[in-house]
Amino acid sequence: MATTQTQTLTPSMKRERRANQRRYAFYLALIVIGLVAPFFAYPVFLMKVLCFALFACAFNLLLGYAGLLSFGHAAFLATGGYVTGYLLSSYPAITPELGILVGTGAAVLLGLAFGALAIRRQGIYFAMVTLALAQMVFFFFVQAPFTGGEDGLHGVPRGHLFGFISLRNNLAMYYFVFVIFLIGFAIVQRAVHSPYGQVLKAIRENEPRAVSLGYNVDAYKLLAFVLSAGLAGLAGSTKTVVFQLASLTDAHWHMSGEVILMTLLGGVGTLFGPVVGAGLVVSLQHMLAQSPLGTWVGPILGVIFVICVLSFRSGIVGEAMKMYRKNFK
Amino acid sequence: MTMIFGVPLAVFMGQLLLGLINGAFYALLSLGLAVIFGLLKIVNFAHGAMYMLGAFATLLGMRYLGINFWAALVLAPLFVGLLGMLVERFLLRRIGHLDHLYGLLLTFGLALIFEGTLVNFFGVSGARYPTPEALQGGFQTGFMFLPKYRAFVLVAAIAVCLVTWYIIERTRLGAYLRAGTENPALMQAFGVNVPLLVTLTYGFGVALAAFAGVLAAPLYPVSPTMGSNLLIVVFAVVVIGGMGSILGAVLTGLGMGLIEGLTKVYYPEAANTVIFLVMILVLMLRPAGLFGKEA
Amino acid sequence: MTFIKKTLASSIAIAATAAMATTAQAEISDGEIRIGYLADMSGVYRDLAGPGGLEALRMAVEDFGGSVNGAPIQVFSADDRNSADVGANTVREWIDTRNVDMVAGLVASSVTIAVTRVLEENDSFGIVSASAASSITNEHCTPNHIHWVYDTYPLANGTAQAVVQQGGETWFMLTADYAFGHALEGDVTRVVEENGGEIIGRVRHPFPTDDFSSYILQAQGSGAQIIGLANAGADTVNAINTASQFGVVEAGQQLAGLLVFLNDVHAMGLEATQGLLLTTGWYWDMDDEAREWSERYYERVGRMPTMVQAGIYSSTYHYLQAVEATGSDDPQTVREYMMSQPIHDFFARNGQLREDGRMVHDMYLARVKSPEESEGEWDLYEILTTIPAAEAYRPLSESQCKLVQN
Repeated sequence: MATTQTQTLTPSMKRERRANQRRYAFYLALIVIGLVAPFFAYPVFLMKVLCFALFACAFNLLLGYAGLLSFGHAAFLATGGYVTGYLLSSYPAITPELGILVGTGAAVLLGLAFGALAIRRQGIYFAMVTLALAQMVFFFFVQAPFTGGEDGLHGVPRGHLFGFISLRNNLAMYYFVFVIFLIGFAIVQRAVHSPYGQVLKAIRENEPRAVSLGYNVDAYKLLAFVLSAGLAGLAGSTKTVVFQLASLTDAHWHMSGEVILMTLLGGVGTLFGPVVGAGLVVSLQHMLAQSPLGTWVGPILGVIFVICVLSFRSGIVGEAMKMYRKNFK
Repeated sequence: MTMIFGVPLAVFMGQLLLGLINGAFYALLSLGLAVIFGLLKIVNFAHGAMYMLGAFATLLGMRYLGINFWAALVLAPLFVGLLGMLVERFLLRRIGHLDHLYGLLLTFGLALIFEGTLVNFFGVSGARYPTPEALQGGFQTGFMFLPKYRAFVLVAAIAVCLVTWYIIERTRLGAYLRAGTENPALMQAFGVNVPLLVTLTYGFGVALAAFAGVLAAPLYPVSPTMGSNLLIVVFAVVVIGGMGSILGAVLTGLGMGLIEGLTKVYYPEAANTVIFLVMILVLMLRPAGLFGKEA
Repeated sequence: MTFIKKTLASSIAIAATAAMATTAQAEISDGEIRIGYLADMSGVYRDLAGPGGLEALRMAVEDFGGSVNGAPIQVFSADDRNSADVGANTVREWIDTRNVDMVAGLVASSVTIAVTRVLEENDSFGIVSASAASSITNEHCTPNHIHWVYDTYPLANGTAQAVVQQGGETWFMLTADYAFGHALEGDVTRVVEENGGEIIGRVRHPFPTDDFSSYILQAQGSGAQIIGLANAGADTVNAINTASQFGVVEAGQQLAGLLVFLNDVHAMGLEATQGLLLTTGWYWDMDDEAREWSERYYERVGRMPTMVQAGIYSSTYHYLQAVEATGSDDPQTVREYMMSQPIHDFFARNGQLREDGRMVHDMYLARVKSPEESEGEWDLYEILTTIPAAEAYRPLSESQCKLVQN
């Protein structure tokens, strides 16, 4: 061990080091772009992109790295949103960061309950079970008195971060959201690149083999599910603070479908794919909503879905990486 | 008046009967899903859209082509079945070799396209389809006024379910089908045209959904979104029953209809959720579903 | 960039104001009247307001001559997809980046309430035409929006009172199980009991519900004379259809739809809806003025206008008149002017904008015609009585609006 630290680096370590340097330079560039972005684009729109990007990253953690297709992730997004929204509007003393924390915690608990039930089945059944469970949560939110039912929860105060930074200003809000996004993204990045992430991938590739190697497969899957649920809840909580409202749209199964589309379009199992996908889908919806094609959002998303599945399964980032590897390595 | 747990017998029996009729729809739809799943191993997310298309074909057929209900009962499933066969031949087949989750996603995309496009042409208010003349009015049974049409729905749905069961379990074609489910490669080797069998199966599965759609047209408003919410309930039904058996799908569908009907008597607020609660229970006790084989 | 543009624009505006002294035109921000139309363009309420409402808005702008005091009128639109987030977000962006002067349309109550909060925070202006909830000008009232066409209060009031007075004394309520349904049920219960009627049973159904058969069965079993439908849109349509299949009307019970629109009746057909009593803010065929406007609308859209679509025209036209008269697009100036004028046009009769933002006007009790009575595709209602503006809406003395001193 001591020798490796003092001796000159082997070529492979050099390569790795260079790759790491490149990666960090890339991350740094992205962070800089993130920091200056609100001066070039509408901050609220950017915050929406960031929230959905985080949501898609959370979803991708499950699909891309654990191979589990959840069709019920809207439930976590909505749970985070409703709990945070309820707390912030009913108890003015609660600061936004605390509200977001509690909202995320609620999503984690729900994730634990869902996960315990859903990981008993695999593949398509898993998708249907999560869908059905999320539909139940939807009905719960429709009827629970604190959600405002169909009317939703409105006028959630953005409040003061740590009790003294006013978030009413869009720029202040933006940087807060940006930090949350970075934290969430870092968690995903760490989880994926850790030994834990390797085991997850092993389970995805060959579950019986992972079992025979002595891994407690269910525990690994459950942890991935809970982590993913928590991050989705974080996205929902943050979104509620940004838009000052929580509504049933977030809990509807269309939302679960949308996050799948975002991930698929950007690239399943790539770190940045969901971010790109979320950015594209949100921008598309945004542009279409204000154009004469506004009523065609659904079918257009459907067509993108079909094209992605038929001939673009690695997504934008996945295809780009393939090209990069082919031409530059 | 005889009371059952505080509810008049008449109301109780009436609700049970209505629940059974709803169950007939669940049965038809989950049967179609099960047939498709058996051979293609995909969950057809476009099933709700196909049900909706069946209803729309009936409505538009009457409006523009003068096709009456009885003809639509045959023609609409045929039309939707053909559409389904095209979908299978030109879209689903291309991803047949991939993880079956892609099939789910593809059909989800298709559902968005069908629904969204029709919304643009027909709005969502829902159009009404008249009850066929021969089935107007109803019977005054001992405990309720039963519209003739609803009685017809129950009988027709169960009959179609039984015929499907018979075809699959008792005929040569069904034998091919079951064998194809077990081992498609071997079937191909025996000279059976498996791809054609797959196409036909998908067509037949969605035709069943379309048949349910035709039956639904005079009952519910015909609107582009009529299928999507129903489909999620049917998914839960399928999880409860397990997709293993044809008869299982039918029985679970009818059973869930009954349970839903009972909930409407005693605790109507939970009518939308009761099936999902049953699903959770089943998942905890029998993860493979009531009629499913352990995977 | 948008910020820079905005500050730049406003500093230019300030400079211009200072230089030219105050002419009327200089008070119109950016030298343009910008109207954003926000509505459900593709979902359940598409036929109620939707693209037709946008067309009505354009008609109003055209009839006004396309400009106010030389300032051109610009109209843009967006689909809120019935989502409060999409709606609030869109309006926030219109305010931040386009400096929108007035937001029109506003359909689903949830979207509207979310949007009015944004309008208030940014001191902009909105005219609500399609939402039902009476809370929009009650506990949710703001100085930055007004409510034009109707709300749940007169619907319950008009329909329930008329029904009880015609002898429908025992009621069974079929209520959508969420805030709006409960509120409507509450209103109806109050009106029925005040008029000597009685609610003998009720059932709350999930929202939305496709299959109403079991609820209709319970309503039949109750033996009530009237089945009150405290729900909306597709639920009401479903309930009415189901009732017709179970022979409810033939068996002597009557339905009272509390929130039924022209497009719903058109979609369901007269066979299923005949005899239904309902309260409406306007009907295209109610008199010559209404007919004349509606025929112009029909030529452009191909459907007869709902009360909401007519109301969008009416409210936009009045808004533009107020801008013209005051030479300003400042929300409070415009609102005060609109409150000071009686409102009377093809749409509103005896109309008056109150301090809580409610535009009160005559409402009408209507009965859906039978297929034999109807003379055309859109010949659907017979107007029975007029409910005077003063009686129809929630009196200010009961108001919880913060703008009303009680």
